[in-house]
Amino acid sequence: MTRWHSLSTQACLRFGGLTVAFAAILVGALAVPLHGAESPVAPVEVPASVLAAEEARIAAIEKATKSAVAIFADGGNNGGSGVVISADGYALTNFHVVKPAGSHMKCGMSDGKLYDAVIVGIDPTGDVALIKLLGREDFTPAVLADSDRVQVGDWCFAVGNPFLLATDFQPTVSYGIVSGTHRYQYPAGTLLEYADCLQTDAAINPGNSGGPLFNANGDLIGINGRGSFEKRGRVNVGVGYAISINQIKYFLGCLKSGRIVDHATLGANVATNEDGRVMVSNILESSDAYHRGLRYADEIIAFGGREISTTNEFKNVLGIYPKGWRVPLTYRRDGKKYEISVRLTGVHAEEELIGLLRDAPEPESPQPSPKPEKDSKESPGKPGEPKPMPQRRPGPVAGKPKVQVPPEIAKLIEARSGFANYYFNRLHQERVQKSASAGADFSPFTGEWVFQGELAGGGKVEIKLADSASHGEFPTGKADIDGQLDLDRQLGPTGSGGLLLALHLWRRMLVAGPSAFGSTVYYGTAPHPAIQGTGDVLSSTINVVETNFIYDPETGRLAALELFPSDEDDVCEVRFLDYETRQGVLVPLRMEVRHGDTIVADLKWQEVSFASSTEK
Amino acid sequence: MPRLIVQIARTMRSLGWLTAILALAIVPTIASAQTSFAQVVAQTQPRMVKIYGAGGLRGLEAYQSGLLVSAEGHILTVWSYVLDSDVITIMLDDGRKFSAELTGIDPQLEIALLKIDATDLPHFDLTAEASLETGDRVLAFCNLYNVATGNEPTSVLHGQVAALTSLAARRGAYQTPYQGPVYVLDAMTNNPGAAGGALTNRRGEFAGLLGKELRSSLNNTWLNYAIPVNELAPAVADLMAGRSRPADRPETAKRPKQFHTAATLGIVLVPDFLPKTPPFIEDVRPASPAAMAGLKSDDLILFVNGRLIASCAAVIDELTYIDELDSVQLTVQRGRELVEVELTPR
Repeated sequence: MTRWHSLSTQACLRFGGLTVAFAAILVGALAVPLHGAESPVAPVEVPASVLAAEEARIAAIEKATKSAVAIFADGGNNGGSGVVISADGYALTNFHVVKPAGSHMKCGMSDGKLYDAVIVGIDPTGDVALIKLLGREDFTPAVLADSDRVQVGDWCFAVGNPFLLATDFQPTVSYGIVSGTHRYQYPAGTLLEYADCLQTDAAINPGNSGGPLFNANGDLIGINGRGSFEKRGRVNVGVGYAISINQIKYFLGCLKSGRIVDHATLGANVATNEDGRVMVSNILESSDAYHRGLRYADEIIAFGGREISTTNEFKNVLGIYPKGWRVPLTYRRDGKKYEISVRLTGVHAEEELIGLLRDAPEPESPQPSPKPEKDSKESPGKPGEPKPMPQRRPGPVAGKPKVQVPPEIAKLIEARSGFANYYFNRLHQERVQKSASAGADFSPFTGEWVFQGELAGGGKVEIKLADSASHGEFPTGKADIDGQLDLDRQLGPTGSGGLLLALHLWRRMLVAGPSAFGSTVYYGTAPHPAIQGTGDVLSSTINVVETNFIYDPETGRLAALELFPSDEDDVCEVRFLDYETRQGVLVPLRMEVRHGDTIVADLKWQEVSFASSTEK
Repeated sequence: MPRLIVQIARTMRSLGWLTAILALAIVPTIASAQTSFAQVVAQTQPRMVKIYGAGGLRGLEAYQSGLLVSAEGHILTVWSYVLDSDVITIMLDDGRKFSAELTGIDPQLEIALLKIDATDLPHFDLTAEASLETGDRVLAFCNLYNVATGNEPTSVLHGQVAALTSLAARRGAYQTPYQGPVYVLDAMTNNPGAAGGALTNRRGEFAGLLGKELRSSLNNTWLNYAIPVNELAPAVADLMAGRSRPADRPETAKRPKQFHTAATLGIVLVPDFLPKTPPFIEDVRPASPAAMAGLKSDDLILFVNGRLIASCAAVIDELTYIDELDSVQLTVQRGRELVEVELTPR
């Protein structure tokens, strides 16, 4: 960057009042040009701290703009902004930016190059989309900051493609301050809810959508997505909102799965009562919150590690988690506090979400249009209101002209209902399977598996697992699985919530893989008590029984299995511990079994044997 | 071209250059303020309130902003239709909710003083009078678009004083009763709900009151402006001292035997169908005292004998305390103008 401005800086500093001098000189120079320009000013010493601050800002903007993306969709009629967050080209943008684009789009970057990109995953409720830029493994990604540390009054800047100006791919930078944090902005219908978002007065205009909001250090704090306009027309009025990057961090693992990711509900409504406390006003008996003990009229004290004193605070916490995550919740009843961990259910039924996506109105084009303000009775000689939507070509009406997707890119796109791009889901299923079966290839052991051992509290246990039928003997009695019958009715042994079925399905996954189930989906990543941080989750369904397989990202091994026989029954969870090698494969010699919150069994296996099909 | 427009045009022209250079040249001020800005904001926000009242119809928001000017709950805001409500609700920064009374208004400045029943409140000191010059960095605190609810802090915008100038009122493009000096800002403060917010200097000291929505009839642009504190302070002191109080009549006050009515004066008020129907004059009887004094239909009665009047009912009641032989002084708002008239009985 050249330093052409330094003379002006010095000129101003000489007068002490920096900006005053500016105005004086410029007003003088421009408004009264006949009097001639001010005489040149001798240079002065600029304090080192001033120069350092200047350098810091230049560096922050330079660093930040390298990750900015200008997205062009629908043959250039639509588009917006985005930001690259990994060297291999994953980039964030808004759902409403990529919606008109479909699964393929063109992305310009500040290096002056145009990259092809494909859709990866979408979060329509949160208005977030993950795309992948192709053709490089060494993109400069943005650094993700901790957006919960952002304070009102902090400097920030938006980088993007307002009004699709960046036809040369050079992004526009607009500076401002953070005007508000933890804002809650109501959804449009049930989509595009902005919970716990950042508010800024940096200029956010149409086309900035999906672009990054950076802190003064040039680190990513949010994704710009909407503004308050109302009667001001669709241009910046100093009130823009950005989805917090912390929310997106929670969703990222799910977005990479190629799925249409849903937001979460508690299965309970809350309302503020007269003395300002947040109370449960309604609760579904089938919800996990109910299973965990939450009831009508309980007072919510904390949620997701945050204190809750208003319904907005509650909705802010709820809005940042994907469906299926477990979140701590503290409530009070009769003066006593209870702490539980609640598994969140989806806002939408799957078909409902797909339907909403189909019906959602196309967003307005971010290109500048001569559209006058709605409330412009006084504006003289206004033209008729042109439609801001992309112009249809005259001639045969066949919808939008189809943009031809190059074959090498088409390989990376797989359409499937419920997915933004199934290609990525398949990729992750294969990855998880591969790392889980490293040193644990059970595929030859298609015969009977026998486990003999004892409970930690005493008592012998023997379990035999096979394709068509499984059998278990426990101190409390026997249990059987008949593969021909409905699985959700075979939840023995009593009190376990379905331990034998869980192990029956566990063997099925290890021997035959995901294809042995009715359907298997790579969910993405979620936290689980059995692992540090978040782990990969495969979710399989057979009959009506849903099973989650949670893999430890460190080892690649299966860490836990969760069995959901039905809405009425509480979850049965098996954690797999003490892996050791037996018959050439890694085997968990300890299994901790939970039904709901209760540990119902701690199994230690002394003898294990796996038969190959020929042996039996 | 009116002077104001010329001035603004000049400022804008110079600002065009300014912003180009500012982004780089203003770095020192910005960088050194990095930490203190967040602190200033945190200290200032507890002094802001959210105000809810009449409105809610299309284009008329039922909310605006306000700021505490005393520890005992005096609130300064703009005088607007939002306050034409039986119940004016105040939401403090900590989420506490109060009903406010309208203590007084200054129709010239279009400001109002409200009072809630509370003590030990953080507040702005209007006597400190932070004055600004063109180019000074400012912060604007307000609840524009009602973004903040409950205990959520109001929004903060940043900007600079683009000009210190006078609103040229009727003759210009901006229709407003207030014609005095204003700070023109490059912060987007002229938004729904922002009126009554606080403009502060970079240290959080009160410098001005964000004005009501004001749009140029020439080019449809909205003017971001604030009324400087030194224009406000004397009026606020008057209002706090109880001058221009609405009917606070001693219990012992007696009505004269023969008193005025709207009919004896020749005034026909609009039909009284709201809890607080604004006292607009519907019609003036020919050759009546009202007609002689030059009252016109659509005039809004603000004061009767110097006493603030808020409704049709209050006008009728107030007249019953004036002997029919005495003349009556009215202050009315006619369009954007304030008019004082004296009605002499025949």
